[in-house]
Amino acid sequence: GGARGAVPFSFPATPLRSGGLGSFRLSSQRPAELWEAAAPPEFDDAANLLAGNPDATTISIDEPSENPKNQYGLLQDSRREEDDELLGTDDSDKTELLAGQKKSAPFWTFEYYQTFFDVDTYQVLDRIKGSVFPIPGKNFVRLYIRSNPDLYGPFWICATLVFAIAISGNLSNFFIHLGKPAYRYVPEFRKVSIAATAIYAYAWLVPLALWGFLMWRNSKVMNIVSYSFLEIVCVYGYSLFIYIPTAILWIIPQKAVRWILVMVALCLSGSVLVMTFWPAVRDDNRRIALATMVTVVLLHALLAIGCLAYFFDAPDLNVLIPTAAAQNGTIVATKTQ
Amino acid sequence: MAEAEESRAGGAAKPLFAGLSDVSISEDIPVEGEITVPVGSHSPDEDYSTLDEPVKDTIMRDLKAVGKKFVHVMYPKKSSALLRDWDLWGPLVLCVSLALMLQGGSADSKEDGGPQFAEVFVIIWFGAVVITLNSKLLGGTISFFQSLCVLGYCVLPLTVAMLVCRLVLLASSGTVSFIVRLVVVMAMFGWSTLASTAFLADSQPPNRKALVVYPIFLFYFIISWMILTFTPQ
Repeated sequence: GGARGAVPFSFPATPLRSGGLGSFRLSSQRPAELWEAAAPPEFDDAANLLAGNPDATTISIDEPSENPKNQYGLLQDSRREEDDELLGTDDSDKTELLAGQKKSAPFWTFEYYQTFFDVDTYQVLDRIKGSVFPIPGKNFVRLYIRSNPDLYGPFWICATLVFAIAISGNLSNFFIHLGKPAYRYVPEFRKVSIAATAIYAYAWLVPLALWGFLMWRNSKVMNIVSYSFLEIVCVYGYSLFIYIPTAILWIIPQKAVRWILVMVALCLSGSVLVMTFWPAVRDDNRRIALATMVTVVLLHALLAIGCLAYFFDAPDLNVLIPTAAAQNGTIVATKTQ
Repeated sequence: MAEAEESRAGGAAKPLFAGLSDVSISEDIPVEGEITVPVGSHSPDEDYSTLDEPVKDTIMRDLKAVGKKFVHVMYPKKSSALLRDWDLWGPLVLCVSLALMLQGGSADSKEDGGPQFAEVFVIIWFGAVVITLNSKLLGGTISFFQSLCVLGYCVLPLTVAMLVCRLVLLASSGTVSFIVRLVVVMAMFGWSTLASTAFLADSQPPNRKALVVYPIFLFYFIISWMILTFTPQ
């Protein structure tokens, strides 16, 4: 709405007490941290009150034209504001104030790592849903992650994917080779470690490379949008989720079915990746931007095709027909008996 | 006393500790404390020196504790005994026996055999550590070793399943035995997951329970898969 005209607020130039200031409603989620980091002296009373009762809703001065659902952060980055307009994210829930103040614990304490797991069940499920059903025009990072990247999703989705691929590959090979006389079932446990290496390398090294590349381009061309390393890891982690049902469905020993599944999965998650990273490179040289997008999608496709080729044996079409005939023969034989 | 000092000084020089004369402790602020000195109290450990007792007693005490926890796992009620007095003997015994029983599968196959002893051991312990870290990072209130203890003890139903599978495989290895093994392993997997969830779920914040339960589910699923796909040489 119209309340986007809120000026970036800067302490201590503008006193809190004046009524005509314009409005902001402070989030009551983490008021203690909120005040700790950036409170000038005149806010000490409020800070003490809040420290005593952390669940209390804090001061709210409403702008007349503001939609009561909107929450605007102080110190709002005007660049991000503009960019949200361009991306068409009309989400009213912006708590960007807390973005810079979240990870304030030093990195050798346990609390620092707890900030990366600050998600609830419904948030994880929403992010998974957002990675599988891309909404055109909406940016996954802005819409779902919103300055709260988590490591829970990437880590456990990768773990699940590793075992899904290993187990599905094992099962599919078992069914394909079932009729053959010389075949003896082996659990193929070695492949688990290979799958784990491949998938975790993809989920962590590719974001690292991409982040490094984007930082480098950012130093040359001023981009509107820039992502932190954890946000990129988050996007990649959640975009791998689509491969889990794909891997399970790859048990079906039909080449056409498998390739259709690859295409569908690639379209869905690839489009999430493209829509996320396009705004970060579009201001750059056209060719470089396009090359980056193509590389991102290509690596994603390579992972899928590589897993398909290595873990899933090709279904032998000319073996299926004799085994079908053999089955018919045995059925006839048993019937006559 | 301060007042006497003041009158002596005559008021010309500022008396020492001038402000103290105004200080008074109001009667309604209670001043509390204890000045008792414990006189040789008999703590329970002093009477219970384990140095003098027979070795059998020491071992039996630990074995009884482990056995009691086994019973708690098989009938998971919300008791805090498992959590309070954690120990890692039970998990160690279970893990080693499970890894030994899984060892015999395709031991001499070069590439694609079943898991080796070290692999099973590492999966169980590393998996338990990762799940514990996960639940602590998500804000759980359980301690590190308590969680390891619970996860380790809840491998017991799966160890029983492994035993049953090996016995069934001794008898036959056809489709019927596979179905029997499948049913047994699935039942034990469900039991393990429910038992560990019953113990661990309470210590988690309520809106993150599913996030904590899912890795436990995955952990026991992987162990069940290793048990189910065990093929003897």
